[in-house]
Order: sequence, then C-alpha cells, then structure tokens
Amino acid sequence: MASNYNAKEEDGHQPAAIGHGGAGTVKNKKPDNTAFKQQRLPAWQPILTAGTVLPAFFVIGLIFIPIGIGLFVTSNNIKELEVTLTNYSVWLAIFHPCYNCSQSYSWNSTKPCTCSVPFSLDQPFESNVFMYYGLSNFYQNHRRYVKSRDDSQLNGDKASLKSPSKECEPYRTSDEKPIAPCGAIANSLFNDTLELYYIDPNGSRTAIPLVKKGIAWWTDKHVKFRNPGGNDNLTVVFQGTSKPVNWRKSVYELDPSDPDNNGFINEDFIVWMRTAALPTFRKLYRIIHKKPNMTPTLPLGRYILEVTYNYPVRSFEGRKRMILSTISWMGGKNPFLGIAYITVGSVCFFLGIVLLIIHHKYGNRNHSADIRS
Amino acid sequence: MECKENWVDTRTVYIGNKEPPPGAEAYIPQRYPDNRIISSKYTFWNFVPKNLFEQFRRIANFYFLIIFLVQLIIDTPTSPITSGLPLFFVITVTAIKQGYEDWLRHKADNAINQCPVHEVQHGKVIRKQSRKLRVGDVVLIKEDETFPCDLILLSTSREDGTCFVTTASLDGESSHKTYYAVQDTKAFITEEDFDTLQASIECEQPQPDLYKFVGRINIYSDRNDVFCVFFRPLGSENLLLRGATLKNTQHIYAVAIYTGMETKMALNYQSKSQKRSAVEKSMNAYLIVYLCILISKALINTVLKYVWQADPDKDEPFYNQKTDTERQRHILIRAFTDFLAFMVLFNYIIPVSMYVTVEMQKFLGSYFIMWDDEMFDEELGERAQVNTSDLNEELGQVEYVFTDKTGTLTENNMEFIECCVDGYVYVPDAICNGQVMPGSTSMDMIDSSPGPGGRESEELFFRALCLCHTVQVKEEETVDGIKMGIHQNKATSFYISSSPDEVALVEGMKRLGFTYLRLKDSHMEILNREDEVERFELLEVLTFDSVRRRMSVIVRSTTGEYYLFCKGADSSIFPRVISGKVEQVKARVEHNAVEGLRTLCVAYRKLSVAQYEETCHLLNSAKLALQDRDRKLAEAYDLIEKDFVLLGATAVEDRLQDKAADTIESLQKAGMKVWVLTGDKMETAAATCYASKLFRRSTQILELTTKRTEEQSLHDVLFDLSKTVLRQHSSMTRDTFSGLSADCVDYGLIIDGATLSAVLKPSQEDSSQGNYKEIFLEICRNCSAVLCCRMAPLQKAQIVKLIKSSPEHPITLAIGDGANDVSMILEAHVGIGIMGKEGRQAARNSDYAIPKFKHLKKMLLVHGHYYYIRISELVQYFFYKNVAFIFPQFLYQFFCGFSQQPLYDTAYLTLYNISFTSLPILLFSLIEQHINMDILKKDPSLYRDIAKNSLLRWPIFIYWTFLGVFDAIVFFFGSYFLFNNSTFTSNGQMFGNWTFGTLVFTVLVFTVTLKLALDTHYWTWINHFVIWGSLLFFVIFSLLWGGIIWPFLNYQRMYYVFIQMLSSGPAWLSIILLIVISLLPDVVKKVVCRALWPTTTERIQVASHFTSVTPLLAKRTKVLFE
Repeated sequence: MASNYNAKEEDGHQPAAIGHGGAGTVKNKKPDNTAFKQQRLPAWQPILTAGTVLPAFFVIGLIFIPIGIGLFVTSNNIKELEVTLTNYSVWLAIFHPCYNCSQSYSWNSTKPCTCSVPFSLDQPFESNVFMYYGLSNFYQNHRRYVKSRDDSQLNGDKASLKSPSKECEPYRTSDEKPIAPCGAIANSLFNDTLELYYIDPNGSRTAIPLVKKGIAWWTDKHVKFRNPGGNDNLTVVFQGTSKPVNWRKSVYELDPSDPDNNGFINEDFIVWMRTAALPTFRKLYRIIHKKPNMTPTLPLGRYILEVTYNYPVRSFEGRKRMILSTISWMGGKNPFLGIAYITVGSVCFFLGIVLLIIHHKYGNRNHSADIRS
Repeated sequence: MECKENWVDTRTVYIGNKEPPPGAEAYIPQRYPDNRIISSKYTFWNFVPKNLFEQFRRIANFYFLIIFLVQLIIDTPTSPITSGLPLFFVITVTAIKQGYEDWLRHKADNAINQCPVHEVQHGKVIRKQSRKLRVGDVVLIKEDETFPCDLILLSTSREDGTCFVTTASLDGESSHKTYYAVQDTKAFITEEDFDTLQASIECEQPQPDLYKFVGRINIYSDRNDVFCVFFRPLGSENLLLRGATLKNTQHIYAVAIYTGMETKMALNYQSKSQKRSAVEKSMNAYLIVYLCILISKALINTVLKYVWQADPDKDEPFYNQKTDTERQRHILIRAFTDFLAFMVLFNYIIPVSMYVTVEMQKFLGSYFIMWDDEMFDEELGERAQVNTSDLNEELGQVEYVFTDKTGTLTENNMEFIECCVDGYVYVPDAICNGQVMPGSTSMDMIDSSPGPGGRESEELFFRALCLCHTVQVKEEETVDGIKMGIHQNKATSFYISSSPDEVALVEGMKRLGFTYLRLKDSHMEILNREDEVERFELLEVLTFDSVRRRMSVIVRSTTGEYYLFCKGADSSIFPRVISGKVEQVKARVEHNAVEGLRTLCVAYRKLSVAQYEETCHLLNSAKLALQDRDRKLAEAYDLIEKDFVLLGATAVEDRLQDKAADTIESLQKAGMKVWVLTGDKMETAAATCYASKLFRRSTQILELTTKRTEEQSLHDVLFDLSKTVLRQHSSMTRDTFSGLSADCVDYGLIIDGATLSAVLKPSQEDSSQGNYKEIFLEICRNCSAVLCCRMAPLQKAQIVKLIKSSPEHPITLAIGDGANDVSMILEAHVGIGIMGKEGRQAARNSDYAIPKFKHLKKMLLVHGHYYYIRISELVQYFFYKNVAFIFPQFLYQFFCGFSQQPLYDTAYLTLYNISFTSLPILLFSLIEQHINMDILKKDPSLYRDIAKNSLLRWPIFIYWTFLGVFDAIVFFFGSYFLFNNSTFTSNGQMFGNWTFGTLVFTVLVFTVTLKLALDTHYWTWINHFVIWGSLLFFVIFSLLWGGIIWPFLNYQRMYYVFIQMLSSGPAWLSIILLIVISLLPDVVKKVVCRALWPTTTERIQVASHFTSVTPLLAKRTKVLFE
C-alpha cells in the first residue's frame, strides 16, 4: 500500500553520491557464488499428483476407519442417564415433581424447596460413575459474565481481597464492603443439592455415597485457587468482606466440615468458576466410586434423586438436569468423534479409488504428452 | 529543443564577494543558503513526531491506530494490547530502520559538511569547513579532490585552461570530461591575481538539469583608468558540478555559484514518482472486499445482538446484571459501541503483518536479483541493480517490451566497416599500414582507380573525419604510466568520446592512414599518410544534438583557408547538399543501411573570410544570449550548416549484443510483444530487427512510414493496414496461444517518428474520420513485432503511454541504455536501464539496471516469474489464514449471545500473525520455486501461465476465501460437536470456553501451516526448519503460557488449559481429524485439477519430476536386462 521502504533510494544514493566522489574505486562486484544466493539450495521438490497422493488417501482411510469404529464402540458402551429437573414444555412440567420448586423465580425464598425425582436404571453402571448437573440456555460464555471475576483475589491475594478488580462490577462491593469472591460468575454459583438414593426391591432407601473431591482440575485446586493466607481460620481471613449477593452463606461456610474444601478452594466453586464454552453445558458434581467388591457401582433398579431446588432457571427459559455417566478413556458418551472418523476414513478411501481411476485414465496421457513436448 | 525552459530569474554572483566598481550596476547583496548539505530527513528533536506522522499517513497504519484508539476508549472484547503491540512493533521497527538510515545520512552529511576546502581570500589561501562556503567564494581545488559545490571554472594549472573531471559518482561515467576555464580569467593563476579580479556572474537560478547551464560573466577592468566591462557567455562546459572529482590537473581556481541544497546534484535527488505494481492494486482491491466483509460482519452481529437482546431475560439474566452506568447509556450509543466492539473483534481479518511481510519480502527478495551470478557481467564488472524493490513481481507480468536499439539490442561497440568517397568504397579490414584497399569485391559502382580529383576529395574526406569530432586523446600518463604513443599504431584505444561512433570513425581513419594526434592550443594535429603533421586551428564546434542529428566544426588550415566540416545522418545532410556525387553516395548509404550498418554522411563547405566572420557573429550572439540560448543556437546552426558539398559516407557496424536474438525470441515465446524504438533510420533498424529475430522471414512487414503516407493519405494507409490485419485475425482460430505456430502469418509493423506524430495528433476538426489512435492500436495489437524508427526521446515515452492507456491496460516494460531512453523508462510500468556506454542516466533513472540485454531473459522469465508466484501466494495466503482465523470467532458470537466474547486468548490473538504463522509464509515468499529455474529459462511459454495477473484473479481469490471459510467452519463445528454437552477427559472433569478456543486455535495453526507446506514445491532445509520450527514454537509457547501463573497479568484464564487439553485422548484425535478434513478439499482439488485440466506449468512439473526419476529407472531396467 502506501507504505514502502525506499531503501535503495534513500540510503543508497544520497549520502554516498553527494559525499565523497571516490571515483575509480572499482570494487569487485561479482556476487558470491553460494547456493543460497543463487537460489540453488538443494531441495526436495514434491508435487501433489494423483499418483503420489493415492497411497496417502488409502492409508488415511485404512487408519481412520478402525479408529472410528473403535471410538464408536467405546462411546456406545458408555452408559449415560439424564434426569430432567426442569422441563421446557409446560404440559409435561406440571407433572414433574419439581414443578412447584421450579416456579420460583427468586433467589431469596427463605424456605428451601425440595423435591424428589424417581428414576430407574435398566442396566447396572459399572466402574466409577460421574454425576453431572446440566444447565441449558445459560450463557456462561457471555463476555460480561466471563470477565466478571478477579483471578488474583481467587489466588489468595490480600490486596485484591480488600479491593477487587473493576471487572467484577456490579458484583464488586455490597454494603460498601468488598465482595469475596467478587464477580458475576461467583455470584451465580450453582447452589442446588442433589442426593441419590437407591430403592431396594423391599422399598428401603439407601443413600449412595457421593464423593465431592476430584471434580475440579488438580492445578486449579492447588495452584490457581488459594485461600488468602495468614490464618487457618477462614472466618478471620475473610473478615471485612461481604458474601456475594445471591449467596446464602459466606465463602468460608461452603464446606465447614473440610478445611481443605472450604473457601476459595471449594471444588464445587472451582468447577463453577471454569466458565463453559457453550450455553448448554454440564458440570461435574459428584463422583460415585466403584465398590471394592464385584457388585456394580449402581445396580439396576429404582432410584430417587432428592433435590434441594434453589437455583432458578425459568427466568431465562433454562433447563436443569442431572446426568449419570460412566467414563471411558475417551470421556463420556459422544458418538461424534467415532462417526466423523468413520466418515472421513470412508471418504478418503472412496477418493482414493476415484483418484486411482483418474490416475489410470489421465495420468498416462499427461505423461506421454510431456514426453512429446 | 521544445523542452519547456522557463526562464527563472537570474542571480548575480560577485566573485570573491567584492563589490563591483562604481559605475557598474548597483550591488545588491543577495542571500544564499550556506554550503551545508542536508540529506537527512529528521533532526534529533523532530524525529519522533515527524516519523510518527509519516508512518501514520500510511493507510494500514492509520487503520490500526484507529482500532487501537477505539480499544482504548470503549469497552472492547480484546485488550488494546492485541492491536497495540503489533502496531507498536511495526512502527518501532520501521522507525528504527528509518532512524538508522537517517543517522547514516547525518553522518555522511557531517563528513561532507566538515571536510576542509581551500578558499582564496585577499590573496591568501584559507582552510575552511565545506559548510561555511558561500556563493561567490573563490576556491582552490587540488587534484583528486571533490568539488564542494557547483563552481564556475576560472583558471587551471594547465596552460590551455582546461581541466579534466570525472563524474563517476554523479552518473557513473568514469571517462574524463574536459571542462574549460573562462577565457578571460584563464590568466589568473595565483592567489594574488584573484584579489585583483573584479567580476560578476549572472546565471539562472538553480535548476535540476545536470547538463544544462546558461550564464554570463561580466569582467570589470579599469586598467589604464578606463573602466570597461567584458561579457563572456558561460555554458555547462564551464560549470563544475558538486560531487565530481578533479583529475589530471594539479589545481584549479573556481568560484562558487550554487551552494548547499541549491547545487544541481542536491536538486536532482528529489524522489521520483512512485510506481505501483499490479499485484499491489489487486491487494488493495481485496482489502476493500475484506473491509466490506468486516463491516458487514460487525453490522450483522450488532443487529442480531439487539434482536436477541429484545428479551430482557436474555439481555440481563439474573446471573449477569449490568452496571448502572451501562444501563443508563442511550441505546444508540450502546449500539454504536457494540458495532465498534465487533469491528475490533474481527479487525484481525485485515492483518497488520501483511504489509510488513510484503515489504520485507520485496526488500529481501530483491537481493536475489543483485546476487544473481548469471546477471553479472565480467566485462563491465557490474551486476544487476535494484533501485526499487516495489516492482519485483511486476517483472512477471510484462506484456509489452519496449527496447531501444543502440546499446541495448546492439553492443554499441562500433567498428568502422567502410567508407565511400564519391562512390569509391574503402574497406580498412585488411590493415596494411595506411594502404588503401578499394573494396573491389563489392560494388559495381566502383570505376577504375580514382583520378587526381578523386584523390583530392578522398583526402579531404579523411581530414574531415579526422577533424569533425569531439574525441579526446587520453594522455599517455593516464594509462597506468605506460608510455604508449598513438603513433605506434596499436589497436588499444586511446580515444575517448561520449559517442562510440566517433571513436570508431577516428580509429577507422587511423587505419586508413590519417591519425588524429591531439588538440593543442586550439590546434588539431593530424598525421597524414606521409607521416607529416598537419595542423588545423579549431575555431568553432557546432555540437551534436539529437534534433539536428549532425555536428560540424569550423577549422582554419595552415594555409589560411576556412573549412566547415559536417557529419550527420543522411536525412539531415542530403537536403543541405548542393553538389557532390549525391546519387552514388545515397545508393551506397541505403545499401549499407539494409545491411544493418550505421551510416553517416560527411560534407564540407569552404568558407570565405567574410562568411566566417558572419558565422562567428551569429554564433557569438547566440551564445551570449541569456534567454532562449538553445533555441537561438539552433537557429544559428541552421543558418550556418548549409550549401554543403557532399564528400562521402561512412558505415560503422554495431554488432548485436550477445544472445540478443535468443532473448527476443524467448520474450516473444513468453507472450510478450517486443517493440523496438530507435532513433536510427528505418533500414538499419529493420536489419537489426531481422538479425535479432524480431522479424522472421515469414513475417509480413507492414509499413507505416512517411514514404507511404506521401503516396496515400494517412487515413487510407491506416485503414488498409487494419483491414489486412483484421482479415487475418478473424480467419485465425481463436486459439491465440498457438499464435507462434508457423501456419499463421504474423505481422510486423514499421512506423517512423513523423508518421507516429501524425497518428497521435489529437483528432482534428474532422472528427468523422474517427480517432487514428484506436485504429493504430488495433493494428499494433495484432502485430507480433513493431519497429518504431526515427523516434525522438519524447515520442518513445508517448508510445509507451499510448500502449499503457489502451483499454486492456497491459503492463509495459521499457529497456534502454541512453539518456534518450530515460523518458520511456520513467513512463513504463517497469523501467530497466542497461549499464551501457552512453553513460548511466538510464540506469540511474530505472527501476532495475542490468549489465546486458541478455540478462533481461533471466530477469523476466525466472526472477519475474518467481516473484509473481511468491507474492501472489503470499497475498492469497494472508487473506486465507486470516479468514480461517477470524471466522470461527464470528461463528462463536452466535453461541455466546452476541456478546463479543473472543474465542481465543489475547496472547493467541496477538501472536497469531506476528509469530505463529508469519515466518513460514515469509520464507515461502522468498525462496519458493515451483519449477526449476533452468526449465523456466528453457521454456518461456511458462510465462504465459501467469500472464494478466492470473494468480490474483477474483475466482482464485474467492476460492481461497471460501477455503478459509470452510476451514473455519470445520474448526469451529468440529470442536463444537466435541464439546457439545459431553466430557472428553478420562477423569470426567469438564473443559471451559478457553479450552474450546485453544482447541480451535491449535487446529487452526496446524492447518494453516500445513496448507502452506502442501503448497511448497521447494523444500530446502530452511523450509523444514521454519515450518516445523514455527509449529514447535507454538506448542512450546502454549505450554509456557499456560504453565505459569503470570504475576503481571490480572487474569489467569489460560492456566494449564493447553496442557489439560493435550492430556485428553479425544482432543488429539479431533485435532488430527479436523486438520485432515480441512486440508482434504484443497488436496483433492489440486490433484484432480492437475490430472484433468493441467496447466502448462503443472505438466512441466510432472515431466521434470519424471525426468529426474527416469534415469534411475532406466539404469535399473538395464541392470535387469543384463
């Protein structure tokens, strides 16, 4: 565009020419005969022709299809169960056990609303079972939301604890006291409680032990999130700060039973703080460890999910659900990758055949034409 | 000359700054600048503001500044750093570069300004710093010193008042030029003398023309108490230019008239007008398209955002409230800031780094031209020069080549072939010391041996040639101290002249027995056949100019007879001849011209004393004129040069340059139309054209010359020709590319200057006749070769301009070596100068300079082709990679509530163009070779594959853009489906939005880099290093960027994101999958196109690939059979 370096013109001519008229200084101007300067560096010169690409296509096909099948089978073997807590459809919702609770729009209903959702498993869930809660139509990736946090505060920085970042507005201060943890993300922490009961054939309820540790990234829990130091007593540490507006209890009361899971390093909190990529998302809630004996982690049968329904989603037409899933090496149930691999592999294989035909029909023609010319 | 010479007002310079004696005109001290040269642009103080201002005048920089400011002012999704840092980087790099250059200039300026000069003051020599020199100071210059400013030569240490000067640093001509001291001050030879000198110089105000100067010196003398004033004209032969160096003269005295920035040299280094390449134009067009895309993207998103937000629960759900100030803002302001925010979010689609990369590519790439061994000329010791690197790729787009003949197609190394005196032909080829060998072999015109009268005119002819020239004899001492006389009859040239013809003639005369010895005390000495020295007093020289096309001298023989000898082109001599054997000579001249020889006619006129006096008077009055001197001189010459007696003609051969024919043939095969523009006469030029294979035997020649237009009206001739051409054209098959096959007739057109100017004359009152220009263009377009002869320099430029502005706007290239080609070199899209014998003006004004015509072949077919391929890929690739970069971000807006949430982390946004993907493409654009250069040279038709900017046409641009969009969709939705409501870690933990972006970005970087790898045809170790290195750099950077809690950042969102992503198997699998999907269509397209519709280039690639493989195969089969 408009820019150019008049290198030659500016620095070449003027000073030299106006300057010393050193005539007769005939320098040896012969250029160096190096491979680089003569643009003759030894080089590999591949060209993409049907002939050369063919094998690659077949190889890709042959590799991708088995991988795809493997992925697909793995994905199919994963057991997943979704329990809806809030329905979209009004008609169905009415008969939902949590209908009454879900009618609440506000955060501040004093008495907790509970409901129990029965469901049954057709087949036993082996190995570790992971329990997720899912929200939809919840824009955790909204820009205003994503940036509304103070990472140094969460990292235990004392200065940020007392005066949180401006990004946290309008959840920065309340009652002229700094909010800890500040920001919209923290403020909207998911606060339902889910409990799972197995109903024995004889009708008695057995609570299923839910483990609440190991749900957050190790690095988040141990490095990125830290309680402000100085005192083991979190109540003292967080003195002078205010709890987030929507919270019922302070940050140091998140899990009073376990000091290693309290305050900023509460794993539920950390999980929530990792903002989801898409408006429909799920977050890891609890882990059900497999039992030491051979019995399945969750045997088939009837279950009841006891929900302390606090989190209102109706206002934004959201949907709330609970997911139970087993996990393989490739994660949860997601047939996409397997199908994609199979498809791409087949397409490559097919293209390979097409190219083979083209190569046989036209490749020779080209070649002979070249020889002629 | 028709050159518009506006008479700017004069300046009066008082020598020695002394007041003129009373009685002369009033002394008005004038103020002149001091002799300080300022080539630097900046001072220490104004560097920052001025440089910044200059840089932000560039549109691209300004655009990014605006984006940066918007980011600073409003709340935008990305931090100002993302655009500020690259901008800062670009600006700083440029500023440092320019600052360094300016510092060098300052240094050079200081060195010059402080170098000592010797000034003569009050009869003493004083040392002074150069910058303190003032106009009017008398300075003393010693041998090998450089002139500190423009000076008028007053006296020299040589008796004859001459001095020798080399202007090597001005125009590269290393020959010594003679300058003359003012006649009346010649005698002032000591410092004291100058104390008594009272004189003033009136001259024009400074003008940039190096070769023109008009002035007058007024010398006041009041000897014998009589006050009188002499006037003496001053010309460029008295003016010593700053920058030239004194040679072979002990010392001179001279007076400063132009100083400092007013010297002709300083005035000459103003920048030329900028030329822009076609690639740059398409680049700008693409930019506008992308700007439109950018704006429409931002608009669409803004509108959708407000549609989406119409529901307050979506605009402000309970979990994501706005601040009060945000709420209170007016909706229009909000909408506008949202629009700007989207602009900022997508602004990377116009990459700041593209400009930097393009500039670097051009600048660095041009070194390959300079480094080219094959374009080095041993004889001259010169290599190709690049004066503007902006036009590199234009070399690959040339459609019309306009070439000069003399010195360009031909060697400009003249050899005397024969002369013809009154019809007798003398050929000096058998050099037998002065023996004349009448060319008995050739002409029937030769009668018996010449009679006594013939002998007399023969000798007169030889003397005429010995006298009528401006050749200088180089003194013995200058030739490395070896004493070699002219008498010794060695072939070594001791003659130097600005015109090689003259040297050839004088040398030819030497071989015929008449040796020109020297010019001494205004006497020319010649050694005749009897070894006697003849002395002629040189009275006047009527110098050569290209309008008159002749020169004359007036001499007085020892017997006191006045002669005027004139030599010149036949057309300028014959009309002025009154007697002599015109017919025979004319026939011989024409015969020689057909042979391709350069002919000159020689005539003389005997002057009586009265005639001589009159002549002198005429000349002097013209020379003394301050205004319009050139015109007056021309008139005077016209009056003097008449009533000639024709003596004879000479023929000088100008051999074709090495491989000129081969070069022209290659250029024509490459689809270029070659036009020869020459000042030479038609027959000679046509012969050269045949010799250089511009015209072939089969070529049908169309003539559009004065000869024909005399018979028919121009109108009819033009229509006849166009009919002939068009009939053939319409019958021809549409396959224009087979135009070279022998079966169809190709046409060659010859046009001369006079007819051309008639054609180009703006259509007169009878506009019904239509515009000749268009018919002429139509004819030219259908001719494979055109020869324009008898061209004035300006006409050459006119022709170029005519073709340039024809409807197809073809890319033109002009190549020439002389000053007369400068106008056409400047006019054409690409101007190439040949470092020839006729000085360096052409090379200096050109965009590229090459030592020989044959180098043009490699320049265009190899370098031009490469540069074009490289830069077109560079431009397309840049747009592609930025679409692929930004489009996912656009798609993401649909999933984040149009909230301008960036998909990628700030560091990725910033560094994508700066470091992750910049080096591979820069390197590609420097060293890519899609075909071996030997093949490119061998097969010029490959050049047609890239003609007409074919790699930057809209369909290809759209293909690249769609490829980018496709890739972006693959990246985005591939990741989307992977993330959609599922986990893909083996520990059940979830990933967030930054992992999503990082996944997309990783796929993006790999795909974009691998795409380039697929396009690379020439893998040197550097390519491997850079491509794999930059991928590795990305990985290492990401590991590092996510590996630490960065203390200075107020967010830690990337902490361990990349590493966590890599710890998941499906992430790896999906990265591989998405890369394969993104690259697949392009590979398939390439392979299928190559198989089904291969271009010539692709065929050759395959063929050369096979030929490099087949020898091996052949060997193997041989072994098998044995």
